[in-house]
Amino acid sequence: MASIGTSIAASGPPKAVVRSKGYWSGVGARLRRDPVALVFGTFLFAIIGAAIFAPYLGLQDPYAGSMVSRLKPVGTPGHLLGTDELGRDMLARLIYGGRLTLLLGLLPVLFAFMIGTVLGVLAGFVGGLVNAVIMRTVDVFFAFPSVLLAIAISAALGAGIINSIVSLTLVFIPPITRVAESVTASVRNLEYVDAARISGASAFTVVRVHVLGNVVSPIFVYATSLTSVSMILAAGLSFLGLGVKPPEAEWGLMLNTLRSAIYINPLIAALPGVMIFITSLCLNLLSDSLRTAMNIKD
Amino acid sequence: MLIYFLQRLVSVIPVALGVSLICFMLVHIAPGDPLTAVMPVDATAEQQAEMRAAYGFDKPLPVQFVLWLGNALTGDLGTSIASGRPVADEVMRAVGNSLILAFFASAIGFPLGILFGFLAGTYKNGVVDKVITGIAIAGVSVPNYWLGMVLVVIFSVSLGWLPSMGAGPGGSTEWAWDWEHLRFIILPAITLAAVPMGIVTRTVRALVADIRSNDFVTALYAKGLMSRHVVAHVIRNAAPTALSVVGIQLGYLLGGSILIETVFNWPGTGFLLSNAIFQRDLPLLQGTILVLALFFVVTNLLVDLAQPLIDPRIRRT
Repeated sequence: MASIGTSIAASGPPKAVVRSKGYWSGVGARLRRDPVALVFGTFLFAIIGAAIFAPYLGLQDPYAGSMVSRLKPVGTPGHLLGTDELGRDMLARLIYGGRLTLLLGLLPVLFAFMIGTVLGVLAGFVGGLVNAVIMRTVDVFFAFPSVLLAIAISAALGAGIINSIVSLTLVFIPPITRVAESVTASVRNLEYVDAARISGASAFTVVRVHVLGNVVSPIFVYATSLTSVSMILAAGLSFLGLGVKPPEAEWGLMLNTLRSAIYINPLIAALPGVMIFITSLCLNLLSDSLRTAMNIKD
Repeated sequence: MLIYFLQRLVSVIPVALGVSLICFMLVHIAPGDPLTAVMPVDATAEQQAEMRAAYGFDKPLPVQFVLWLGNALTGDLGTSIASGRPVADEVMRAVGNSLILAFFASAIGFPLGILFGFLAGTYKNGVVDKVITGIAIAGVSVPNYWLGMVLVVIFSVSLGWLPSMGAGPGGSTEWAWDWEHLRFIILPAITLAAVPMGIVTRTVRALVADIRSNDFVTALYAKGLMSRHVVAHVIRNAAPTALSVVGIQLGYLLGGSILIETVFNWPGTGFLLSNAIFQRDLPLLQGTILVLALFFVVTNLLVDLAQPLIDPRIRRT
């Protein structure tokens, strides 16, 4: 104790407060030094940006077909990436297609992240019966492989954008809840939570300030690792005819309608899948980098 | 140890019940009546009521569930609305074909994944690791239904080496272990193996790297043990976790092959499911999903039961 006292005394008059860099700027700095994160982050940024600003890119109408110019090869003048089975411009359809595929892939994870975090924190913090009810329900959903569950719910609800989002959200709530519950349970009995409780903080304040602040980042990183699966599943539902309906531009659906063209123009038929592949690769690599930058272990 | 086995066995019962409840509810979250899709548009109200009574849809939901569960336990999964045949027969025929496909996909994906993961974990941050990590991340990122199409383009359309779809000359019912049939399974099996291969590689790599960073490994080297003897210790420590990952992936192979079976017209459960979806044949959908989910539950149970046999740490608790 004495040494602490002397060191404080020795530090002299208080200097101007230097704000610490903070956790997130540290994470950002580490991400900027990670070449993988930089390259694939830029790629993903470009894909998402192109999808958002598709109407302003001077593309052709993705829905205007022409019976005379069907399945033109890549590099055809006027159609840089060729045309599809109804003569629609592939470049335009691929860029427009990203809008629905990304939306259908990312929204369910976002919703599941919000719902799963609430359920998991509730189960982990309250414990007891609440925990049992929530976690045993989650266990039941874990008894389904995710692909099967997504297809089962979508098939029962019927095709459509909303139904597809609902079914994928339901698929991702259980895994996120499970992660949220386990990190919350590990935080709940730490000293600073006890200290907050003893000093009179209400349960709500303890959860909001002390628990959420410490569990949100690991849950978030886990959720980002689900985005690529979600996007592949969303496109897969459309591929099966359970998601988006024609003539909408969506990568999974395009892959399905172009399937019969693999004998005529295989390159064109493969393009929507290339987009799904690249995007999902970017999402996975970024999620890995984020996990490393945030120093989170499973 | 006996207590562990019994606990695991008993814990499966509520999960299996919950799974049945979800499968049962699938039919009832569907918009409209399960029968509206197949009923002729000009059916009178009386005819509709008669049909509903025939399928038992006029009773209250809990009663329907108990009746349905009772039937399911005796092996009666109802009647397919589209074909009029018993659902159980259709599912059982298809499950065999899916199992064959899952078997070949496991034979390709798991040994490769374990080998790759082991190499990458052992030579972490080296060239081998970089290459393998790249393959693995491509494996987990690839939309496998697209990979299937690409393989068909390369090996069936361009090279003409392998057939692009179907299950061979015997059709969907007669499978034989000869080249005439095996050549039909190569492309779907490789396609199906891609994702589990990637996942197993990534898990085993992290696992092996983690184990090798332990003090006991340093001690083994310090003691003068040669690398190949140290490897034996690492394998012994990695085996339990690797087994549980492989077990879960095995369950996924069976239930997750629906998209691939659609691409290759493989006459398994996935193909059955996509037919059920197109014809809105809800009893068939329900029955197939129930059987697949229960398969998954049983695989997970078997993995859990096998766990203490290779991991002495569980045996002691």
